Amino acid sequence: MKTLTIAAGITLAAGAAVAETPVLTVYTYDSFVSDWGPGPAVEAAFEKTCGCDLKFVAVGDGAELLSRLRLEGARTEADVALGLDSNLMAAAAETGLFAPAGIDIPKLDLPIDWTDSTFLPFDWGWFAFVYDKTKVTDVPKSLDDLATSDHSIVIEDPRSSTPGLGLALWMQAVYGDGATEAWAKLNKRIVTVTKGWSEAYGMFLDGEADMVLSYTTSPAYHLIAENDDSKGALAFDEGNYMQIEVAAKLAGTDQPELADKFLAFMLSDEFQSIIPTTNWMYPAKVPASGLPEGFETLTKPAKSIIFLGDEAEKMRKAALEAWLAAAGR
Amino acid sequence: MLTLEGLRLCWEGWSLSAEMTIGEGARVGILGPSGAGKSTLLSAIAGYLDPCEGRILWKGQDLAGLAPAERPVSMIFQDNNLFPHLTAAENVGLGLRPDLRLSRDQKAAVEGALERVGLAGLGGRKPGQLSGGQAARVTLARTLLRRKPLILLDEPFGALGPALRREMLSLVDELAEDTGATLLMVSHEPNDARAIAREVVLVADGLAHPPAPTEAIFANPPAALKDYLGT
Amino acid sequence: MAGSRRPIRRPPVPGLLALALVLLVTLGALAAVALRAEGIGSLSRSDWLAVRFTLLQATLSAVLSVALAIPVARALARRRFAGRRALVTLLGAPFVLPVIVAVLGLISVFGQNGLVSRALGLFGLPPLSIYGLHGVVLAHVFFNLPLATRLILQGWLAIPAERFRLAASLGFGPGDVARILERPMLRQVVPGAFLVIFLLCLTSFAVALTLGGGPRATTVELAIYQAFRFDFDLSRAALLALVQVLVAGSIALVALRLTPPDGIGAGLDRVVTRWDSTGPWSIALDAAAIALAGAFLLVPLAMIVLKGVAGLGSLPASVFLAAGRSLAVALASMALTLALALPLAAWVVRGRARLVDALGTMSIALSPLVIGTGLFILLFPLVDPARVALPVTALVNAVMSLPFALRALVPALGAVEAAFGPLADGLGMNGFARLRLLWLPRLRRPLGFVAGLSAALSVGDLGVVTLFASPEGGTLPLALYRLMGAYRMDDAAAAALLLLICSLAVFWVFDRGGRVDADS
Repeated sequence: MKTLTIAAGITLAAGAAVAETPVLTVYTYDSFVSDWGPGPAVEAAFEKTCGCDLKFVAVGDGAELLSRLRLEGARTEADVALGLDSNLMAAAAETGLFAPAGIDIPKLDLPIDWTDSTFLPFDWGWFAFVYDKTKVTDVPKSLDDLATSDHSIVIEDPRSSTPGLGLALWMQAVYGDGATEAWAKLNKRIVTVTKGWSEAYGMFLDGEADMVLSYTTSPAYHLIAENDDSKGALAFDEGNYMQIEVAAKLAGTDQPELADKFLAFMLSDEFQSIIPTTNWMYPAKVPASGLPEGFETLTKPAKSIIFLGDEAEKMRKAALEAWLAAAGR
Repeated sequence: MLTLEGLRLCWEGWSLSAEMTIGEGARVGILGPSGAGKSTLLSAIAGYLDPCEGRILWKGQDLAGLAPAERPVSMIFQDNNLFPHLTAAENVGLGLRPDLRLSRDQKAAVEGALERVGLAGLGGRKPGQLSGGQAARVTLARTLLRRKPLILLDEPFGALGPALRREMLSLVDELAEDTGATLLMVSHEPNDARAIAREVVLVADGLAHPPAPTEAIFANPPAALKDYLGT
Repeated sequence: MAGSRRPIRRPPVPGLLALALVLLVTLGALAAVALRAEGIGSLSRSDWLAVRFTLLQATLSAVLSVALAIPVARALARRRFAGRRALVTLLGAPFVLPVIVAVLGLISVFGQNGLVSRALGLFGLPPLSIYGLHGVVLAHVFFNLPLATRLILQGWLAIPAERFRLAASLGFGPGDVARILERPMLRQVVPGAFLVIFLLCLTSFAVALTLGGGPRATTVELAIYQAFRFDFDLSRAALLALVQVLVAGSIALVALRLTPPDGIGAGLDRVVTRWDSTGPWSIALDAAAIALAGAFLLVPLAMIVLKGVAGLGSLPASVFLAAGRSLAVALASMALTLALALPLAAWVVRGRARLVDALGTMSIALSPLVIGTGLFILLFPLVDPARVALPVTALVNAVMSLPFALRALVPALGAVEAAFGPLADGLGMNGFARLRLLWLPRLRRPLGFVAGLSAALSVGDLGVVTLFASPEGGTLPLALYRLMGAYRMDDAAAAALLLLICSLAVFWVFDRGGRVDADS
């Protein structure tokens, strides 16, 4: 009888403890929460101060994350969505699922001005062709250069991968109506097109192509984690297309204050200093301690290209059509 | 008493009619040319084939709708009478309980049946470890245990030599005598039929003729049997 | 007149339940997606091009896989040599590998910088180009040749030893044996093997794209992915999935109609000894078939082993935990596969229910993405999707294994029923007694094969787990993708090797389990 009472007491106490600890549910993409991603460190750091339970729910990649939120609609458990791609912001805004962040946005270290107050950037990078310096010596200076060079490249499909879409938009931005023509030329250099970044990068490392579509920050991984400075990234004269990864608060959240607190934390030094060597991207706001050693060696394009908002939505269709049209030739 | 009443069996443009009565305890050989439908007739009685017309009655009871196992019938096939993965005793035991959950008495009955057919002590062997004659005896032991009033044999013991086959047939005869069972046997071998059957049903040209006494029919064979016998 | 045995009249209850579950997971999920979509979508010209390319590559892949499997299976069936069993098991490996691993393995042999190209380079020849329709077909043959070989080998082993003895006593040469014993068996087995492989290739996506060399190699599955991910156009996704189902369904009906209805027949279980085909020419032919198939399938595997072996010792513990989780899912999936496949096979065989066979078989042709999304739509109002991610993965994996299970079980059960069905009927062995005393002991070999295959497939498959929310820690394929995503290609190579080992181990254990003592 006594044990029963004690057990009941424990259950009650546990129940009370659970009820007292609010849960913040953050939907994100899968690689964010992996052992090698920012997730574990972010969770530990935020839970130290928030008095809450931070729960990551990982779904595919950034685009699948948005699809998932659309499927769940207003009934979603999510309080914050972390990891949407800047190209998807217009589509995301149109769903009406997101609400403006109730925080003061600090000054960000992006190559462009940021005005949106619903979707807040947490990291960014430039897409670039990554190559092996020991094999490629005559580096192309532009997309045209690359198309007329004799280097083989492997890229990702714009329909299934974020870097792939980035390149399509890049081509669209640089060539406009001539994009199909430009693709037709570039296609001669393309060994193959993969479903996602991992396949393409794996093929590049195996020597299947001279270059791979990736990020300017990719060489940082090899340098910092592997002590290997043989990888380089190409900056093009016309500029490199950017990717900005954003997070936003869900309009239907039952933890609005906690969600805002998380978004503020996201732009704090603690979060931002985790990003460079886990996500291998630039932090949206460089922490006081600066960037990790090795980042200063990275290629920095002089010009940045990006479509935002409705323009991105419009260009997305045109860019894909140009790519498909060139392939049909 | 087995009654075939206005029976017609059909199979892809082919049919067989039968109208007859077979008395209890009878020994009937079914003869006829290959493909005439002898085995099909047994299949219908055993419940593997539904008639297109007519009825099959046992002691006045219509057998229609009864599954093979529910019929008063025990059938011995040309082959595959034993499950190769089960022991002789288990194969026999299936005749008592299809799930093989046998009581002690039932196990003793299985031993008794094996002994009756001359296989005492061999119950633990699997069919692969038995000779053809021994395997046939296992089948007979099961038939004995089932105590069904109607035993159907479809060209039985075809794999055995003539002498061994005759031996098995006389064992069948004895077992039927023990239990008072009625025996219907399809055979290619007129001599087998003559050895065991007191009556013969001739199956030819889409018709199963009513049973006639064996000696009389062989003494004065009708045209269809003459063709078949090649005399 | 065994063929005149009447089929059972009423559908058996376990079969009905199994079919209901399969249809819920497949067509139910598709319906859920379609209902969730607003309005009816339409297909564009490029969608129809995708349909055309899909049909083309699937047909070529299936025809080639089966055609090449016949000599290999024949050689394996009639030759005894040291290591034959190990070879048969190893040959099954490509089939259970995750796509990404297999593709990288293939490229390391046939790619621009692969073994073959480098060897050509030594002679001053240009490198091989693997990218294009031929590359897609090559990869699909790599994946599916082992499956075709196993299914056809199963058919060969099902020819009763007595027939070969009879053939020997009649002085049959190899040509006579082929005409009288082997061709009827092939007519029985080949349509089913073709069908399964065709359906498998129907939903190919990453392989077709990567080795197809670009957007011209767009398959329907990629178009579905695009509709979901790029346009969030559920109606178009559902419509495309429906096209897949219709294609799969019609091919399934045609292939199963081409399969003769009767079982191959069964004899007593004795070792198959062959007296024909002892000539030097036929021995050389068999040796060549085995050597070529072995090299084609095993060299890419060896490359995967070589790349992964160095990092195996330093893999983080979490990857091993993920492997444990994958094995648990695999066991659950295997149990479910058997629980679904056996009642369905029984219904198909005893009720002559070809439609059931077709429905159970075409589940493989359903887009995994549509199934995952549909199940998500169905389950989301009821439970937290993250909590059921692993059970749902096991269920979907089981449904995806069903076609192979049916292809292995239906002919085998048909043979068992043809031989022993009348006896069992006469003795009243129904329901559980028939299962326990007839089917399980007589089907040990195919059941072991099915258990091993479904478990191994489940280990290697990413499945729908990512659509539902990755569980804490994740499964082994997920860990592999995460390692790659984190640039850790060496660790990923080691994880791929671990995955290969796990898949082969579960396959070996169950497949062997089915064979131990199978001759008694």
